Amino acid sequence: MEHPERRWHDMGGDAAGPVPMDSHDFAIWEKRVDALVILGQQRGHFTVDGLRRALEDMGEQAFESMTYYERWVASLNQNLIEAGVYTLEELGTKMEEVKARGDTYGAVQS
Amino acid sequence: MPHDHHDHLSPSGHPYRQDNDGALTYWQTMEIAIRELMIEKGELTPAQIQEQIDAMDARSPANGAAVVARAWTDPDFKKRLLENGSDAAREMGFDIGPMHLVAVENTSDTHNLIVCTLCSCYPRNLLGLPPDWYKTREYRSRAVREPRAVLREFGVELPESTTLRVHDSTADMRYIVLPARPVGTENLNAEDLAKLVTRDSMIGTGLPKAP
Repeated sequence: MEHPERRWHDMGGDAAGPVPMDSHDFAIWEKRVDALVILGQQRGHFTVDGLRRALEDMGEQAFESMTYYERWVASLNQNLIEAGVYTLEELGTKMEEVKARGDTYGAVQS
Repeated sequence: MPHDHHDHLSPSGHPYRQDNDGALTYWQTMEIAIRELMIEKGELTPAQIQEQIDAMDARSPANGAAVVARAWTDPDFKKRLLENGSDAAREMGFDIGPMHLVAVENTSDTHNLIVCTLCSCYPRNLLGLPPDWYKTREYRSRAVREPRAVLREFGVELPESTTLRVHDSTADMRYIVLPARPVGTENLNAEDLAKLVTRDSMIGTGLPKAP
């Protein structure tokens, strides 16, 4: 670790390669994650700091291996469970139910 | 895999990310489950979620461009914008939320660049969602270390005599660059001026278009 006094996300000033200029249009599931994050905060379940705390605690491996909105949905979930909106068991049951509906994102919408 | 569909470009010229037609992923399953649980528990309605998506989709760099063009043509507004960016943007009818917006002005001898080294903070209420590169390790790390080299990658070469200021955003305080008005635009009105204002010119990685 180059700077042990800093956490992994505090990357300002580190050496790095050329800025990747690739871009993409947001998929509907990404827009839904964005909307749920904003609305979850408006409902008072967590703050932007709560979102950030979970993202930073995921660590560098998650930053490298997951996409932006994959990390956001993971943080959203953690914050909502902590706020008592639903339980881990309810989430697990619901995810199994969703998966049983089909094989693509479009096919499993209720 | 984020870039499976390079052979299919969207109207904006970007590749589509794997979406409704790809194999359902673990994280997509989680999004659906969270959304359905929140609806079942009466936290949110489907209409509220769609309204939030529509509101975010409606935010684009055109909003920021309108603010910039107004500042170029209305000295009193420019003064208010530099004093309190949030209030000035609200004055034009934009929903800024609780965000503290700070406008930083480019002049003939000063150039400003914005970054969020810690995450991805961006004036999203005025410019829409940030471009992918803004969220990358490369931009976040290097914008504060070698900003001139980063700007060259964006095709911006600043004279050595230009002062370069880099502003590091936070979740609560977000910057927007007020670019310098291009020369030869004295006869243009605010509406035509706004067309010269690009997204990148308001981040500082670009300059406004020439008339």
